[in-house]
Amino acid sequence: MISRLSHASIFVLDQDSAYKFYVDVLGFKVHTDAQFGPGMRWLTVTPPDQPDLEISLMAIAEGMMFNKESAATMRDLVKKGTFGFGVFECKDIYATYEELKAKGVEFSKPPKEEFYGIEALFADDSGNWFSLGQKK
Amino acid sequence: MSQQEYPKIYLYRRIVQAKLFIDRNYADAIDLDNISDEAYFSKFHFIRLFKKAYGKTPHQYLTSVRLEKAKLLLQDQKPVSDVCFEVGFSSISSFTGLFKKVVGQTPSEYSLEQKLRQKSMQQKPLGYIPGCWAEMKGWKENSNFQEAE
Repeated sequence: MISRLSHASIFVLDQDSAYKFYVDVLGFKVHTDAQFGPGMRWLTVTPPDQPDLEISLMAIAEGMMFNKESAATMRDLVKKGTFGFGVFECKDIYATYEELKAKGVEFSKPPKEEFYGIEALFADDSGNWFSLGQKK
Repeated sequence: MSQQEYPKIYLYRRIVQAKLFIDRNYADAIDLDNISDEAYFSKFHFIRLFKKAYGKTPHQYLTSVRLEKAKLLLQDQKPVSDVCFEVGFSSISSFTGLFKKVVGQTPSEYSLEQKLRQKSMQQKPLGYIPGCWAEMKGWKENSNFQEAE
């Protein structure tokens, strides 16, 4: 029986830039940042209150996972905002929204009361989008 | 967004600015009374709103920022005394005591643990990466990775 989620991955255009976004802007913590050779960097971050969920910031690079064509296609799709990664929760969505906006995060939807709670939508520095929610 | 759509937008902006001020100036001797003055709040009102938004009082938040920054510097193997003053604490004994209370280890113990972790990561990287990803990326075939298998 599956009990919990321990790892998830987000494809990013640039790991250095993603590090700055997730750590310096969103306030996530670095779990593992290890460079094992050229193009081989294992970078995972965790949400501040969820230290056991590692989110791997995976560079889209030509290699075993992607050939040249699929890497280019994937980069293009990420940039276009094709992928919605997930939902992040916060204690106070208005404060979080104001803080992230002050730090330059782009929101496609400001906080809005929905039947399930208050929700906003924002994108990371690559183009992956997320829902930001505060439960009722 | 118009102010009608957004409840108490001006309050949130002032609270957020106070939080960002702490984020930028944690290493200095911050007077939290001054922050509430700059945010145009009474001290009591400021603390109450800050705690509602962030789950901590401004003082608790400042301490948590300093401790998190201290952890980063200790991971880089900076001496404990340097770290203490660099993140804004004025006494090594109070820094060490607070660090142990919150983190569960003394700064020296934490620093040593991080050093050993980094060494282990360099020696046995596959111990830190789920095998499926390492395989998909072709990292298992790299000679540097064989030691962990």
